[in-house]
Amino acid sequence: MNQPREQIVPSRLALAHISKSFPGVKANEDISLSIAPGEIHALLGENGAGKSTLVKIIYGVQQADEGTISWNGEPVAIPSPKAARKLGIGMVFQHFSLFDAMTVIENIALGLDEAVDREELKARVAAILESYSLPLDPDREVHTLSVGERQRIEIVRCLLQKPKLLIMDEPTSVLTPQEVERLFSTLRQIAAEGCSILYISHKLSEIRALCDSATILRAGRVVATCDPKVETTKRMAELMIGAELRKIEHSKTAGAGAVRLSVTGLSLPGEPPFGTDLEAVSFVARAGEILGIAGVAGNGQAELLTALSGERLAPGPATIQLDGKAIGQEGAGARRALGLACVPEERNGHAAVPDFSLADNGLLTARHRVPLAPHGWISRGSVKRFADSVIKLFDVRTTGYGALARSLSGGNLQKFIMGREIGQQPAVLVVSQPTWGVDAGAAAAIRQELVDLAAKGSAVVVISQDLDELLELADRLSVINEGRLSAPRPVASLGIDEIGLMMGGVHGAEAAAHA
Amino acid sequence: MTSAILVSILMTLVAASTPILLAALGELVAEKAGVLNLGVEGMMLCGAVAGFAVAFSSGSTTLGLFAALLAGVATAMVFAVLALSLNANQVATGLALTIFGIGASSLIGAGFVGRTIPRLGPIFPAALSEHPWLRVVFGHDILVYLSLALVIGIGFFLRRTRPGLILRAVGENDASAHAIGYPVIAIRYAAVAFGGALAGLGGAYFSLALTPMWADRLTAGRGWIALALVVFSAWRPGRLLVGAYLFGAVATLELQAKAAGVSFLAPEVLAMAPYLATIAVLTMMSLGRRTGRLDAPACLGKPFSAV
Repeated sequence: MNQPREQIVPSRLALAHISKSFPGVKANEDISLSIAPGEIHALLGENGAGKSTLVKIIYGVQQADEGTISWNGEPVAIPSPKAARKLGIGMVFQHFSLFDAMTVIENIALGLDEAVDREELKARVAAILESYSLPLDPDREVHTLSVGERQRIEIVRCLLQKPKLLIMDEPTSVLTPQEVERLFSTLRQIAAEGCSILYISHKLSEIRALCDSATILRAGRVVATCDPKVETTKRMAELMIGAELRKIEHSKTAGAGAVRLSVTGLSLPGEPPFGTDLEAVSFVARAGEILGIAGVAGNGQAELLTALSGERLAPGPATIQLDGKAIGQEGAGARRALGLACVPEERNGHAAVPDFSLADNGLLTARHRVPLAPHGWISRGSVKRFADSVIKLFDVRTTGYGALARSLSGGNLQKFIMGREIGQQPAVLVVSQPTWGVDAGAAAAIRQELVDLAAKGSAVVVISQDLDELLELADRLSVINEGRLSAPRPVASLGIDEIGLMMGGVHGAEAAAHA
Repeated sequence: MTSAILVSILMTLVAASTPILLAALGELVAEKAGVLNLGVEGMMLCGAVAGFAVAFSSGSTTLGLFAALLAGVATAMVFAVLALSLNANQVATGLALTIFGIGASSLIGAGFVGRTIPRLGPIFPAALSEHPWLRVVFGHDILVYLSLALVIGIGFFLRRTRPGLILRAVGENDASAHAIGYPVIAIRYAAVAFGGALAGLGGAYFSLALTPMWADRLTAGRGWIALALVVFSAWRPGRLLVGAYLFGAVATLELQAKAAGVSFLAPEVLAMAPYLATIAVLTMMSLGRRTGRLDAPACLGKPFSAV
């Protein structure tokens, strides 16, 4: 260092007055932030707040219109991702750039800018895996790996370049709670070794647990910089959405309504190769209530949802009853027509057809309950009006009903899908992970819609891994564990120790999975 | 005496298998990069006629081979511009290329029908290449050895080298490869050109080595067999070798059986035999393994455009 007069260590990365416009939008306006060496810095903001644009500027994917970037105190230009990597900036994208049919080590080799001898690369990867105690088999093919393991490939790709700044874009949106814990300990170790981390997320509790400081963006501008360990979650959420967060209003009558959905002794073998068998699952969902089903991923949630939606039929007609009618042997369309709507967890490809417009996606499920295709002839006008009303009512940010489902961000597509189902006034709505990857403002809106739907006399079943969400939403709570469902308990009467016991069940599942 | 017949059968077998193997190896590389070029038959015919025309005019089969290679590449480039740069549908473009190749080869070859040229000869000295039984190993022309070397070479290239890894990556997930920073379209152009070169040589094998005389449509649909072999071999060069030689073997036996006057089977049934045997054996080879789902390059036939 030939700058003896500098008293403080220069920032690893400093942005000064960054602005970036696209036709019609100011994505970033006068953004300044600085990240110290070894600091974990959170970048918070709703969808469309300008986080991704800012990150793309830092990683050289896009160029700022105005402003300067300094790296270790020196102003730099970052014209390409390659230049960013050369400076020592690594990035783990939300959507991985991986090749399913290839092995882990081949995927890592492809991510490097220069050719590295196979044996040498193996040794370097093994060293990284060991020093960060990351469980990952370099010779496995990627399609056999879990999402968490895939993310580790991307992290190893970055670590191989010995980064000085690691950008993580929504890294936990697809991880199980256990994988999140493991990721956090890895990130803490990386930061302790002097690498700065820019951490982008909606999940405020995670930011509180992990980050040293936070920059909050709203509508392309910095609205606050704070210490997330001191600031309250509620305050940060309010800063982010720019309004006071609505508290969920529960209806008072929950639990007294008539039984709308009843499932009795539902057993179903899991689908090979990785399915979980459902074993004698029984529950009822009453009018006006929200039943929560908690549990770690892979304990039968997916099987339960497909059994309820009618994608797989129950062994007997009476196993599943809707308003007293045996529907166990009815297919998905018939169940929808009767008023049982389901929202699976995978949005693109399961809940929606990615290459269809929003209007057509609306038609696909709503035609059973809304007269969109009378006598089998599609009424284009009604289809558009239906999609438009969903877009308006649920504040879906899109160019209109003609937009392709794949062009929407995860949160906006989820809002559209939820709106499509709720707009049909279903008797029973079963939804899996209703707010996965959705920002705080939208999540609150979706939760309120679920509560309102229940208040109108529907029964709502929410399957989620997010225990906080379930405690906030549900009137009664069950836990699914290795295909078995525990007896539901009223949430209001659940003591801290009982929640602990339920969590114990959840953690028990993890222990079994690792055995 | 019988050994002489056996040697001659083996020689015919190798000759029948080589053009299919060459064309299929080229298509395998193109498909590994994610491009489905159904124009193999057309590229073979263009190679065949260009090779014959140049060999006839210049008297040099070597020049003929080069001409065939270039003609194959040129035809493949027509496909590449349409399907890769202009994002035309690959299936339709490939089929059109085959129809184009049939027509072009007929037109160019019209003046050559019935003409003969010196046959492409063996590369080893006569002592080896005309030895009563050593000629099974040493009695072949250069394309036979080239095709066998390519089986090993392409296998090594795809499995063991970085360019091969990148080529597979482009065929596996074009968007990811682009995101990492590989030139997807340029790599696909190269793969298609390589496929065209080998298809051209495979076609020239008919006009320069098998029957050194021009006849219309002399590849007789072997380009389609090559295409099918690529799929049935699960995109592995080793299996491609097995498939091509199996096809060659049964086709040779069929000729022998006809020549020997086998009468208990209708000639039509005999004519089906090579196709049936090849499909049966390659299907059985695929059955024993894990699910075949991930064999095909995931982006095969999908157009790609960088945003």
